[in-house]
Amino acid sequence: MKAIIQVTLKNGVLDPQGKAIETALDQLGFSGVGQARQGKLIELVLEETDAVKAKEHVTQMCEKLLANTVIENYDIELSE
Amino acid sequence: MTAAVIVFPGSNCDRDVAVCLEAATGEAPIMAWHGDASLPDCSAIVLPGGFSYGDYLRGGAIASKSPIMREVIRRAEQGVPVLGICNGFQILTECGLLPGILMRNRDLKFICRDATLNVEMEEGAFMAGYKKDQKLVIPIAHNEGNYFASDDTVKELQDNGRIALTYAGENPNGAIANIAGITNAKGNVLGMMPHPERLAEAALGGEDGRAMFDSLAKFIAK
Repeated sequence: MKAIIQVTLKNGVLDPQGKAIETALDQLGFSGVGQARQGKLIELVLEETDAVKAKEHVTQMCEKLLANTVIENYDIELSE
Repeated sequence: MTAAVIVFPGSNCDRDVAVCLEAATGEAPIMAWHGDASLPDCSAIVLPGGFSYGDYLRGGAIASKSPIMREVIRRAEQGVPVLGICNGFQILTECGLLPGILMRNRDLKFICRDATLNVEMEEGAFMAGYKKDQKLVIPIAHNEGNYFASDDTVKELQDNGRIALTYAGENPNGAIANIAGITNAKGNVLGMMPHPERLAEAALGGEDGRAMFDSLAKFIAK
C-alpha cells in the first residue's frame, strides 16, 4: 500500500517562498494568480495492507515527524 | 560536575562552544554523540549550532528524534540547564522542550552578521550575567531563524517573562515579537538564534557572549 502525504502551511502563516513564486509568475506575464502556497509531498510504501490501520499509522507519523502542526497541515491519501 | 555538548552529524559550532565552556568552568565538557542512548552525569547540556542532518525535512526535525534526545528531555525535565544555540534552538522546539518553531527567514536569505540584541531577562542559569535592557552585539548565522508561535503562545511567553532576548532595531528574519531567544516555563531551558560562542573573547572582536557561559559556570558551581 502506498501513502501520499501532502504537507501544507496553515492559512495565515506567511509563506515567503509562495510570495516569491507569485512575483516570478507575474514577471513572466501570468497575471491573475491570487495566492501561491508552497508545500511538500512525501510518498511512503507501506507493508500494511489494511487501509484503516495504515491511515492510523501514517497519521501518527505525521503528528510525530512528517509535519510540524504549529504551522503545517497534512493530508493523507492511500492507494493500493 | 562537567557540562556536556551534544554532537550531531552536521553540528559545526560544537568545538567553539566547548572552548567557551572550558574557559568559563575550567573543565573540558563531555562531547556526547547523538547516537548514544545514554548520557554521562553532567551539570548542564548544550545543543550547538550547525546543520544537523542537513536540515532535512525541517531544521532540527531529524536531530530531535536522535536516541540521545530522549535522555536530554529527561534531564531537562529534572531541571538540568539546557542551552540550544541556533540549530540547537530548532532542535529544542522540534522535540517539544520549547514552544513554537523557527521558520525560513522572511527574505529567504541566509543571514550571517552581527545582530544587536536587547536583554529581556536578567536571572536564571544563562542570563544572570546580563542587565535588563542591556544591548548586546552577538552574531547570527541562519536560514531558519524566523520564530513563529500562535498568538496565545506568544502572549504566554510575554506575560510570564519567558522571552530572554529580542532583536533591537531592525528585525533581521521576521521573528514574531522580535524574539531571538526564549525559555521554558521553569526557566532551565533556553533556546536562542544568536551565537554567543562566536563573540566570547576580545581577540574575536567582542565578548558580549561570554557572560552567558560565566553565568552558567556560576550557576552549576552552586
